[in-house]
Amino acid sequence: MHPETVHITPYRTLAWVLITLLGLTFITITATWIDLSALTVAVALLIATVKAYIVLTYFMHLKFESSLFRVFVFMVLFIYVLVIAFTLSDYLFR
Amino acid sequence: MEHRDDIGSKLGMWIFIFTEILLFGGLFLVYAIMRSSYSTEFHQAAHHLNAFIGAINTVVLLVSSATVAMSISAVQKGNKKLAVILLLITLLCAAIFMVNKYFEWGHKIHIGLYPGSALMLTLSHGQVMFFSLYYFMTGLHMFHLVVGGIILTIAIIKVQNGSINKDRYVLLENGGLYWHLVDLIWIYLFPLLYLIT
Repeated sequence: MHPETVHITPYRTLAWVLITLLGLTFITITATWIDLSALTVAVALLIATVKAYIVLTYFMHLKFESSLFRVFVFMVLFIYVLVIAFTLSDYLFR
Repeated sequence: MEHRDDIGSKLGMWIFIFTEILLFGGLFLVYAIMRSSYSTEFHQAAHHLNAFIGAINTVVLLVSSATVAMSISAVQKGNKKLAVILLLITLLCAAIFMVNKYFEWGHKIHIGLYPGSALMLTLSHGQVMFFSLYYFMTGLHMFHLVVGGIILTIAIIKVQNGSINKDRYVLLENGGLYWHLVDLIWIYLFPLLYLIT
Protein backbone atom coordinates (compact mmCIF):
# COMPACT_ATOMS: atom_id res chain seq x y z
CA MET A 1 0.00 0.00 0.00
CA HIS A 2 1.45 3.31 -1.07
CA PRO A 3 0.32 6.51 0.55
CA GLU A 4 -0.79 8.92 -2.18
CA THR A 5 1.29 11.80 -0.89
CA VAL A 6 4.56 11.23 0.91
CA HIS A 7 5.53 14.06 3.20
CA ILE A 8 9.24 14.79 3.17
CA THR A 9 10.31 16.99 6.07
CA PRO A 10 12.77 19.58 4.71
CA TYR A 11 16.29 19.56 6.22
CA ARG A 12 15.83 23.22 7.08
CA THR A 13 12.75 22.47 9.24
CA LEU A 14 14.62 19.72 11.09
CA ALA A 15 17.59 22.02 11.64
CA TRP A 16 15.32 24.69 13.13
CA VAL A 17 13.66 22.08 15.35
CA LEU A 18 17.12 21.07 16.60
CA ILE A 19 18.09 24.70 17.28
CA THR A 20 14.82 25.24 19.19
CA LEU A 21 15.39 22.11 21.28
CA LEU A 22 18.97 23.18 22.09
CA GLY A 23 17.68 26.63 23.06
CA LEU A 24 15.10 25.11 25.38
CA THR A 25 17.81 22.93 26.94
CA PHE A 26 19.87 26.06 27.61
CA ILE A 27 16.82 27.72 29.20
CA THR A 28 16.21 24.68 31.45
CA ILE A 29 19.79 24.76 32.69
CA THR A 30 19.86 28.51 33.34
CA ALA A 31 16.41 28.40 34.96
CA THR A 32 17.77 26.11 37.67
CA TRP A 33 20.43 28.71 38.57
CA ILE A 34 17.64 31.04 39.62
CA ASP A 35 16.07 29.87 42.85
CA LEU A 36 12.36 29.49 42.25
CA SER A 37 11.99 27.14 45.27
CA ALA A 38 8.87 25.06 44.74
CA LEU A 39 8.45 26.23 41.17
CA THR A 40 11.84 24.86 40.01
CA VAL A 41 10.51 21.36 39.29
CA ALA A 42 7.34 22.74 37.70
CA VAL A 43 9.37 24.95 35.33
CA ALA A 44 11.76 22.08 34.48
CA LEU A 45 8.85 19.73 33.76
CA LEU A 46 7.02 22.35 31.72
CA ILE A 47 10.06 22.97 29.48
CA ALA A 48 10.68 19.20 29.19
CA THR A 49 7.07 18.74 28.08
CA VAL A 50 7.41 21.47 25.44
CA LYS A 51 10.54 19.69 24.19
CA ALA A 52 8.76 16.33 24.19
CA TYR A 53 5.89 17.86 22.22
CA ILE A 54 8.32 19.19 19.59
CA VAL A 55 10.10 15.82 19.33
CA LEU A 56 6.78 13.97 18.95
CA THR A 57 5.44 16.45 16.39
CA TYR A 58 8.43 16.87 14.08
CA PHE A 59 11.07 14.19 14.72
CA MET A 60 8.49 11.45 15.29
CA HIS A 61 6.52 12.88 12.41
CA LEU A 62 3.12 12.87 14.18
CA LYS A 63 2.13 16.14 12.54
CA PHE A 64 2.11 14.46 9.15
CA GLU A 65 0.72 11.05 10.07
CA SER A 66 -2.93 10.06 9.99
CA SER A 67 -4.89 11.49 12.93
CA LEU A 68 -5.28 7.93 14.27
CA PHE A 69 -1.66 8.12 15.51
CA ARG A 70 -2.23 11.42 17.29
CA VAL A 71 -5.39 10.11 18.99
CA PHE A 72 -3.53 7.00 20.18
CA VAL A 73 -0.57 8.95 21.55
CA PHE A 74 -2.83 11.49 23.24
CA MET A 75 -4.90 8.77 24.91
CA VAL A 76 -1.85 6.91 26.22
CA LEU A 77 -0.29 10.08 27.63
CA PHE A 78 -3.63 11.20 29.09
CA ILE A 79 -4.08 7.87 30.90
CA TYR A 80 -0.50 8.08 32.17
CA VAL A 81 -1.07 11.60 33.53
CA LEU A 82 -4.23 10.32 35.26
CA VAL A 83 -2.25 7.50 36.88
CA ILE A 84 0.33 9.98 38.20
CA ALA A 85 -2.35 12.40 39.40
CA PHE A 86 -4.36 9.74 41.27
CA THR A 87 -1.29 8.11 42.82
CA LEU A 88 0.17 11.44 43.98
CA SER A 89 -3.18 12.66 45.32
CA ASP A 90 -3.29 9.48 47.41
CA TYR A 91 0.29 9.92 48.70
CA LEU A 92 0.14 13.65 49.34
CA PHE A 93 -3.30 13.93 50.94
CA ARG A 94 -3.60 10.62 52.74
CA MET B 1 2.30 -7.49 -6.70
CA GLU B 2 3.99 -7.03 -3.38
CA HIS B 3 1.81 -6.79 -0.30
CA ARG B 4 2.84 -4.47 2.47
CA ASP B 5 1.23 -2.04 4.90
CA ASP B 6 3.53 0.77 6.00
CA ILE B 7 0.89 2.45 8.16
CA GLY B 8 0.11 -0.81 9.95
CA SER B 9 3.84 -1.34 10.45
CA LYS B 10 4.27 2.10 12.00
CA LEU B 11 1.18 1.63 14.16
CA GLY B 12 2.72 -1.59 15.48
CA MET B 13 5.90 0.33 16.34
CA TRP B 14 3.88 2.97 18.16
CA ILE B 15 2.06 0.34 20.22
CA PHE B 16 5.47 -1.03 21.21
CA ILE B 17 6.54 2.51 22.15
CA PHE B 18 3.45 2.77 24.39
CA THR B 19 4.65 -0.28 26.34
CA GLU B 20 8.03 1.45 26.71
CA ILE B 21 6.28 4.55 28.02
CA LEU B 22 4.58 2.36 30.63
CA LEU B 23 7.93 0.78 31.55
CA PHE B 24 9.66 4.10 32.14
CA GLY B 25 6.40 5.66 33.33
CA GLY B 26 6.34 3.29 36.29
CA LEU B 27 9.87 4.37 37.23
CA PHE B 28 8.99 8.05 36.89
CA LEU B 29 6.01 7.42 39.17
CA VAL B 30 8.30 5.85 41.80
CA TYR B 31 10.60 8.86 41.39
CA ALA B 32 7.69 11.30 41.89
CA ILE B 33 6.54 9.60 45.10
CA MET B 34 10.05 9.18 46.55
CA ARG B 35 10.90 12.76 45.70
CA SER B 36 7.80 14.07 47.45
CA SER B 37 8.60 11.92 50.51
CA TYR B 38 12.35 12.70 50.64
CA SER B 39 12.75 16.07 48.94
CA THR B 40 15.74 17.31 51.01
CA GLU B 41 17.61 13.99 50.63
CA PHE B 42 17.01 14.06 46.87
CA HIS B 43 18.42 17.59 46.69
CA GLN B 44 21.54 16.61 48.65
CA ALA B 45 22.11 13.44 46.64
CA ALA B 46 21.66 15.21 43.29
CA HIS B 47 24.68 17.40 44.17
CA HIS B 48 26.84 14.34 43.43
CA LEU B 49 25.66 14.27 39.80
CA ASN B 50 27.66 16.12 37.21
CA ALA B 51 25.17 18.47 35.52
CA PHE B 52 27.81 19.42 32.95
CA ILE B 53 28.16 15.86 31.64
CA GLY B 54 24.37 15.56 31.75
CA ALA B 55 24.00 18.72 29.66
CA ILE B 56 26.57 17.52 27.10
CA ASN B 57 24.74 14.22 26.78
CA THR B 58 21.46 16.08 26.28
CA VAL B 59 22.96 18.07 23.40
CA VAL B 60 24.53 14.91 21.91
CA LEU B 61 21.20 13.04 22.00
CA LEU B 62 19.24 15.94 20.49
CA VAL B 63 21.74 16.18 17.62
CA SER B 64 21.55 12.41 17.08
CA SER B 65 17.75 12.58 16.91
CA ALA B 66 17.91 15.37 14.33
CA THR B 67 20.35 13.40 12.14
CA VAL B 68 18.08 10.32 12.20
CA ALA B 69 15.10 12.46 11.14
CA MET B 70 17.26 14.03 8.39
CA SER B 71 18.43 10.60 7.19
CA ILE B 72 14.77 9.65 6.56
CA SER B 73 14.35 12.80 4.43
CA ALA B 74 17.58 11.90 2.60
CA VAL B 75 16.33 8.37 1.84
CA GLN B 76 12.99 9.77 0.64
CA LYS B 77 14.89 12.04 -1.73
CA GLY B 78 16.97 9.10 -2.92
CA ASN B 79 20.20 10.51 -1.48
CA LYS B 80 21.71 7.26 -0.22
CA LYS B 81 25.17 8.60 0.55
CA LEU B 82 23.90 11.47 2.71
CA ALA B 83 21.51 9.11 4.56
CA VAL B 84 24.41 6.81 5.48
CA ILE B 85 26.58 9.74 6.61
CA LEU B 86 23.76 11.13 8.78
CA LEU B 87 23.14 7.74 10.38
CA LEU B 88 26.87 7.33 11.05
CA ILE B 89 26.82 10.73 12.83
CA THR B 90 23.95 9.36 14.96
CA LEU B 91 26.03 6.33 15.89
CA LEU B 92 28.98 8.60 16.69
CA CYS B 93 26.72 10.61 19.02
CA ALA B 94 25.60 7.39 20.69
CA ALA B 95 29.26 6.47 21.22
CA ILE B 96 30.02 9.90 22.75
CA PHE B 97 27.04 9.47 25.07
CA MET B 98 28.31 6.06 26.21
CA VAL B 99 31.86 7.33 26.80
CA ASN B 100 30.48 10.20 28.92
CA LYS B 101 28.36 7.73 30.88
CA TYR B 102 31.41 5.52 31.38
CA PHE B 103 33.34 8.39 32.98
CA GLU B 104 30.31 9.53 34.96
CA TRP B 105 29.50 6.12 36.41
CA GLY B 106 33.19 5.27 36.70
CA HIS B 107 33.84 8.29 38.90
CA LYS B 108 30.89 7.47 41.16
CA ILE B 109 31.90 3.84 41.50
CA HIS B 110 35.49 4.97 42.20
CA ILE B 111 34.39 7.13 45.16
CA GLY B 112 32.21 4.26 46.37
CA LEU B 113 28.79 5.50 45.38
CA TYR B 114 27.10 2.45 43.92
CA PRO B 115 24.23 0.23 45.09
CA GLY B 116 25.31 -1.99 47.95
CA SER B 117 28.60 -0.18 48.65
CA ALA B 118 29.86 0.50 52.17
CA LEU B 119 29.45 4.26 51.64
CA MET B 120 25.88 3.78 50.44
CA LEU B 121 24.98 1.98 53.70
CA THR B 122 25.92 5.11 55.67
CA LEU B 123 23.56 7.33 53.66
CA SER B 124 19.98 8.10 54.58
CA HIS B 125 17.13 6.09 53.07
CA GLY B 126 16.10 8.95 50.78
CA GLN B 127 19.63 9.31 49.34
CA VAL B 128 19.89 5.56 48.78
CA MET B 129 16.56 5.73 46.93
CA PHE B 130 17.89 8.55 44.76
CA PHE B 131 21.03 6.68 43.75
CA SER B 132 19.12 3.43 43.16
CA LEU B 133 16.71 5.26 40.85
CA TYR B 134 19.61 7.10 39.21
CA TYR B 135 21.49 3.89 38.40
CA PHE B 136 18.40 1.96 37.37
CA MET B 137 16.81 4.64 35.19
CA THR B 138 20.00 5.82 33.46
CA GLY B 139 21.10 2.17 33.13
CA LEU B 140 17.82 1.10 31.52
CA HIS B 141 17.99 4.17 29.29
CA MET B 142 21.54 3.29 28.24
CA PHE B 143 20.41 -0.26 27.44
CA HIS B 144 17.79 1.23 25.09
CA LEU B 145 20.51 3.37 23.53
CA VAL B 146 22.57 0.24 22.76
CA VAL B 147 19.53 -1.53 21.25
CA GLY B 148 18.74 1.60 19.20
CA GLY B 149 22.35 1.66 18.00
CA ILE B 150 22.07 -1.97 16.83
CA ILE B 151 18.77 -1.22 14.99
CA LEU B 152 20.34 1.80 13.26
CA THR B 153 23.44 -0.23 12.33
CA ILE B 154 21.13 -2.71 10.58
CA ALA B 155 19.38 0.26 8.92
CA ILE B 156 22.74 1.58 7.64
CA ILE B 157 23.55 -1.81 6.10
CA LYS B 158 20.11 -1.93 4.47
CA VAL B 159 20.38 1.61 3.12
CA GLN B 160 23.80 0.69 1.75
CA ASN B 161 22.63 -2.49 -0.03
CA GLY B 162 19.47 -0.80 -1.29
CA SER B 163 16.81 -2.76 0.62
CA ILE B 164 15.90 0.53 2.31
CA ASN B 165 15.27 2.91 -0.61
CA LYS B 166 13.11 5.85 -1.60
CA ASP B 167 10.06 3.62 -2.14
CA ARG B 168 10.52 1.44 0.88
CA TYR B 169 11.88 2.94 4.08
CA VAL B 170 9.45 1.99 6.86
CA LEU B 171 12.17 0.06 8.71
CA LEU B 172 14.26 3.21 8.94
CA GLU B 173 11.19 5.17 10.09
CA ASN B 174 10.49 2.62 12.83
CA GLY B 175 14.15 2.55 13.86
CA GLY B 176 13.99 6.34 13.97
CA LEU B 177 10.87 6.25 16.18
CA TYR B 178 12.74 4.01 18.63
CA TRP B 179 15.71 6.37 18.62
CA HIS B 180 13.49 9.38 19.29
CA LEU B 181 11.92 7.50 22.21
CA VAL B 182 15.40 7.18 23.74
CA ASP B 183 15.77 10.95 23.28
CA LEU B 184 12.29 11.59 24.71
CA ILE B 185 13.07 9.69 27.92
CA TRP B 186 16.34 11.56 28.38
CA ILE B 187 14.49 14.88 27.99
CA TYR B 188 12.74 14.06 31.29
CA LEU B 189 15.60 12.20 32.99
CA PHE B 190 18.06 15.07 32.61
CA PRO B 191 16.17 17.80 34.55
CA LEU B 192 14.69 15.37 37.09
CA LEU B 193 18.01 13.76 38.05
CA TYR B 194 20.69 16.37 37.30
CA LEU B 195 19.06 19.76 37.74
CA ILE B 196 17.23 19.49 41.05
CA THR B 197 20.08 20.68 43.28
